[in-house]
Amino acid sequence: MPLNRAFIGREYAFDQPFEVGRELIRHFASAIGDTNPISHDVEAAKAAGHPDLVAPPTFLTTLSFRRRSGPIGDPDLGLDYSLVVHGEQKFVLQRPICAGDVLDGHVTITDIRDVGRNEAMVLETVITAGGEHVATAVNTMISRGTAAKKES
Amino acid sequence: MSTVRSFDAVEVGEEIPAQTFGVTRSQLVQYAGASGDFNLIHWNERVARAVGLPDVIAHGMFTMATAGRLVTDWAGDPGAVVEYGVRFSSMVPVPDDDTGTTLTVSGTVEDKLDDRRVTVVLTARCGDAKVLTQARAVVQLS
Repeated sequence: MPLNRAFIGREYAFDQPFEVGRELIRHFASAIGDTNPISHDVEAAKAAGHPDLVAPPTFLTTLSFRRRSGPIGDPDLGLDYSLVVHGEQKFVLQRPICAGDVLDGHVTITDIRDVGRNEAMVLETVITAGGEHVATAVNTMISRGTAAKKES
Repeated sequence: MSTVRSFDAVEVGEEIPAQTFGVTRSQLVQYAGASGDFNLIHWNERVARAVGLPDVIAHGMFTMATAGRLVTDWAGDPGAVVEYGVRFSSMVPVPDDDTGTTLTVSGTVEDKLDDRRVTVVLTARCGDAKVLTQARAVVQLS
């Protein structure tokens, strides 16, 4: 079933701030096999000039799965998550994300379009810390085989 | 003291030597837990096949993170990456055995920018398949 195009332009604020903790940074870094001490050892991070442990560049993906305030689970959108694969991803960081950051933000559905038999849905997440813009994440999800059947 | 690679020592066209990274089912389960992405297709073969996939496939974000390690290891600091984008061009099926599959990642310095930043373009392969395209990172060097 095709996605509900009425969702284009909808914006969702985080339901609550996301607290970036040392253990989640360590957990995430370990899971991607990243042993850089700047993500594991507070003294090493400080020696490198950071306030605390530094998250790997793709860490912000964890926000989208830990803040279910977005559109993904909304039955009216019509998304079957088992049909979803990731199409594109981009992060733009104004500064490194560090342990101790309290992140807030909002997600906007900027586009839903057909791509052949599939559909692409683009989510743009603007992330702030203490009111300061710290990062933007753009996620293009592919919903496999759900494009409306074309009249032939 | 900065651990970040020096901008002055880097030249356009410089290659970041290829590294290989193993991907096993066990790593996908760890990544699911760390990222919070519990999509069944990344660990449950029954569901993956039922929705038409060849096998359990790696999270695209796991592939992106793995390719990103080439850049952060090269730069010396995970905080040096100021921009990172990829397109996922092919799936990474991960068989249920002890060896899993292998990603091979390499990079090239494509451009030197203002403010001591460089653009690195990445190539990531799984077997013969190019699994990322338009993979680029902007890195703040020292």
